[in-house]
Amino acid sequence: MSTATDSPLTAGTRAPLIPLASAMPWIIASVFLLALPVFFPSGSALTIMNQMAITIIFALAYNMLLGQGGMLSFGHAVYMGLGGFFCMHLLNRVEYNELYLPLPLLPIFGGLFGLFFAIIIGSFSTRRAGTVFAMISLGVGELIAACSIIIVAFFGGEEGVSGDRTMGPEVFGFDFASQQEVYYLTVIWLVISALAMFLFSRTPIGRITNAVRDNEERAEFLGYSQRNVRWISFCASGFFAGIAGALFAINFEILTEENLNLATSGSILLITFLGGVGFFIGPVIGAIVFTLLQTVLSLYTEIWQLYVGILFVLMVMFFPGGLTGLIAMHLVPWRLGKIGLLLKPYGQMLLPALAFVFSAAAVMEILFHARHAGTGEEEMSLYGMTFNSHSLTPMIIALAVAFASLMVIKRLAPSLKDAWDEANHMRAGERDEP
Amino acid sequence: MNRFTKALIGAAIAGLSATAAFAADPIKIAFIDPLSGPFAATGQQGLAQYKFAAETLVNEQGGVLDGQKFEIVAFDNKISPKESLIQLQVAIDQGIRYIVQGNSSGVANALTDAIKKHNRRNPDKRVIFLNYSAVDPALTNEKCNFWHFRFDANADIKMDALTDIIAKNEAIKKVYLIGQDYSFGKAVASAAVRFLGEKRPDIEIVGNELHPIGKVKDFTPYARKIVSSGADAMITGNWGSDMVGLGKSVISAGFKNPIFTYYAATDGITKTFGADGEGVLKLVGEGQLNPPVSDRADAYTKAFKAKNPDLDIGQPRITNVIEMLARAINDAGSATDMVKVGMALEGMEHDSIWGTKVKMRESDHQAIQNVHILAHTKDGITHDFDNSGFGLKAESTVEMASADAPTTCKMKRPE
Amino acid sequence: MSLFIVNILDGLVTGLLLFMLCSGLTLIFSMMGVLNFAHASFYMLGAYFGYQISTYVGFWPGLILAPIIVGVLGALVERYGLRRVHQYGHVPELIFTFGLALLIEEVVQFFWGKSQMAFEEPEILNFAAFSIAGNAFPAYKVFMIFVAMGIFMVLLYILTKTRIGMIIQAALSYPNTVQNLGHNVPLVFMGVFGVGTAMAGVAGVIAGPVLGTFPGMAVLLGSIVFVTIVIGGLGSLWGALVASLLIGWLQTFAASYNVRMADILEGIGLTRPVDMAESALRDLWSLTLPQIGPILPYLLMVLVLAIRPQGLLGKRET
Repeated sequence: MSTATDSPLTAGTRAPLIPLASAMPWIIASVFLLALPVFFPSGSALTIMNQMAITIIFALAYNMLLGQGGMLSFGHAVYMGLGGFFCMHLLNRVEYNELYLPLPLLPIFGGLFGLFFAIIIGSFSTRRAGTVFAMISLGVGELIAACSIIIVAFFGGEEGVSGDRTMGPEVFGFDFASQQEVYYLTVIWLVISALAMFLFSRTPIGRITNAVRDNEERAEFLGYSQRNVRWISFCASGFFAGIAGALFAINFEILTEENLNLATSGSILLITFLGGVGFFIGPVIGAIVFTLLQTVLSLYTEIWQLYVGILFVLMVMFFPGGLTGLIAMHLVPWRLGKIGLLLKPYGQMLLPALAFVFSAAAVMEILFHARHAGTGEEEMSLYGMTFNSHSLTPMIIALAVAFASLMVIKRLAPSLKDAWDEANHMRAGERDEP
Repeated sequence: MNRFTKALIGAAIAGLSATAAFAADPIKIAFIDPLSGPFAATGQQGLAQYKFAAETLVNEQGGVLDGQKFEIVAFDNKISPKESLIQLQVAIDQGIRYIVQGNSSGVANALTDAIKKHNRRNPDKRVIFLNYSAVDPALTNEKCNFWHFRFDANADIKMDALTDIIAKNEAIKKVYLIGQDYSFGKAVASAAVRFLGEKRPDIEIVGNELHPIGKVKDFTPYARKIVSSGADAMITGNWGSDMVGLGKSVISAGFKNPIFTYYAATDGITKTFGADGEGVLKLVGEGQLNPPVSDRADAYTKAFKAKNPDLDIGQPRITNVIEMLARAINDAGSATDMVKVGMALEGMEHDSIWGTKVKMRESDHQAIQNVHILAHTKDGITHDFDNSGFGLKAESTVEMASADAPTTCKMKRPE
Repeated sequence: MSLFIVNILDGLVTGLLLFMLCSGLTLIFSMMGVLNFAHASFYMLGAYFGYQISTYVGFWPGLILAPIIVGVLGALVERYGLRRVHQYGHVPELIFTFGLALLIEEVVQFFWGKSQMAFEEPEILNFAAFSIAGNAFPAYKVFMIFVAMGIFMVLLYILTKTRIGMIIQAALSYPNTVQNLGHNVPLVFMGVFGVGTAMAGVAGVIAGPVLGTFPGMAVLLGSIVFVTIVIGGLGSLWGALVASLLIGWLQTFAASYNVRMADILEGIGLTRPVDMAESALRDLWSLTLPQIGPILPYLLMVLVLAIRPQGLLGKRET
């Protein structure tokens, strides 16, 4: 795929299918991913990176629905989970020598199982978009999650199904006992799936999915059945979710009800939206940021979920484009060559904004500690300071800093807005520099 | 400003003294349990108990080996098996060799499986799993392994003790069994059927059913069935909000007979039941708080309560985990040779603070100890729960319950 | 027979409680076209506020004050949250309310912790009103029935007989025309949202002592509330009533009767596999009706949506 100019794939077409310029990010990303274990060799870092990679695939698959197809699903964990459960049973078959299957090929089967269920469920759920689709996805999700507790023979009940990935045939001398080998396996599948999903979004069917999202009727008048278009992208999304499920099975060697339930479906929605649904790269960023938030923030504070909740709601209210949308907003000033105009107001804003975030967090931490710490444990430490959470002084200081920084922000806001407007407008006489 | 300076100096001094105290590397124990989410209350209470036990029972007594202290490192597994495995990996990376966990048999199953695999794949970084609360019998039967030690009486042992008491009560002719629809609930029900059939074949089991776990909003219909069945007693393994919901519905539907249960205390449950549960709720479990068995137990409980006024000693066995681990490390003469520590723990007999002997059975690594029937009451309570005035009082005791119960475990010991 | 009558009454209580949530939700939906995922969270807030107030001044002031606070909060959410997100379209609106539901759960845990609160029914109602064959029927449940009925009557009266009700009904169908006639439609929306959430708050206060006041209570009821209004037909008040009662009874009776799958399977001539542990279908054989009770509403919803997408009494397709 690198220099595709003379490859048979593109022979006869005017432009190469994948020009070098658009292949570059993929190559860089792949090299970066393959080099990561050199910098983070510890087992837990690898576990977190594996989890991140799986979440990225799942979030990208989810965004095929939400971002590209405009379908809001509250039950997408089902396809990842079912794919994973089936793979777990395959792994166990391999362990008892009932089946010959090299581990690296397992994700294909996960994908096929995900696809299979997406075909069945999609056949009736994709008839409508919008609220009806969302409700059916919720209902089906709850149904299957509840079934997982009842059908113990397949889902293993509350304790789930576990297996051992190392029992299969060795591939090129790898038995996948170490996290590192699993990491490379996961990352290779990540690149393959991400590339496949990217290419899917560039195919005619991927484009029509966008058209159906934006205006069902118009797409219908063009001769496309909106329902079939939705169904096809739903199936594709189910396939890639299944791949993510298989990788989950390989990584954690256990699947439980948790892989199917509403909380998992909800968090993938959260991740995708946080990253930004409007761009292909959005879910990737969302998955990375969320996994880091989850692992790092939860080390420092008990109420990390509250922070994530606040961040999410604020994001929906003020930046529905997500983090990627936020970055993309700066493309116009960048193209206009006026990004420099924003540096100064941003620089001015940085300090008060940080002060506000940290002091507001301090207010909540102190309040939380004061409400929930036992007597005799009034001492709390925050930002390297230790003080009594029950006394008023720290609270007043935190509130005062929060208020003061808010005032400064308010004061600076108009100049930031002016700079923003200026940076986004072309003046007469100025030329649009590429 | 003055205050701030003081705080700063205080922190500095604390830092200094900490460095001095931990001159010898502390022995870290990873506590992997829910510290956020719906079961956080139980996890937080367990953590407080571990910290207190490590401090008072080991560190203040001079530590283990050549003065090494115990340090409890908390990891939040959000009661998810997946998250537990991630936290296990993090703990192992930090060089921690002792894992304690208790909430949810699902998590314990995942952990014991993962630890078995890890120890096989990394013989130089082996870890030991001290399970203080997950009571699925499978963990010390078909799923047993050398690295797993259980300090709580498992569901079968508790049921054995419970049915001993029921068998003695001639007034009980009809029993209703109800539980959550998963491994533990099923284990409770099948054990009840088995033991009652052996001990009192005349008792009629008028109901035996499972309800979905955590999904029932209103237990009234179940309560109606139980009342209509004319049962003289009810047995349930329910915990958390399922216990509260079921218990309250059954009591308000007019049920006056005993409700035998496993987990219906602390974390707000004792307070919620309050006077309604008096004379009705009977728990089976280890660890007797009321009446206090000794001055030592009394003092320990008081000291814990003084430090954590909003928490209770809901899991007394935690002291056994800490004390027995300390002894095993001393006996093994090493905190890093896991096989030696495991061998020392295996078969150990220990005199618990709570007045019982605890024997870690070699054949399956199941602790054998006294099991009590504890009544939810207000009378004769020295140490209440939830600061409600109500607490658990030992009514009867089964000495070294199920000491000779068979196990299907085929323990494979490392060479 | 006596058990049947008791179940009818219990199912009625569950159904009416559900209706108090569904009526507000369905009204909000028919006005703004947005399904409020956080509706059950307002129900939870009602229970917690009710509990907190009851610890200071007792249950009854809580029954009045808590719903008012919840209603004001709801109105604020509409004014400063939903109205803002509305411009982005329906999907972001749904995502917003979903995020709000997560956030409210976290906020509740932030203030009250994770344990169950000891929220008790008032002493004056803590007795058995009557009992049928040994089954006591608490006076508090009788009270719940009357509260729910009362609210339904008042709501029906306001919607059909008063001027403000006329405006609401008109604003449902022709918001622009009503706006042009000089009515403040955004204010009407905010009011409806506030009243809807306040009703959820009432439901929370009266359900808190019976069903338990804990952080998971919203999630436990939340999806059932959706299912109910989808089955009843989005936007239909009578549909919501019918569906609520239907689901109330469905769940009560499903939990009450131990119909065994094994009996049914044997009834149609299948033989029980000898070695249950090895049979892949062993779970099918051991299944009972109470086990599958909680998933019946979802099954019903998927069926309804597949067969009659507008719901039982809904007029328009969604």
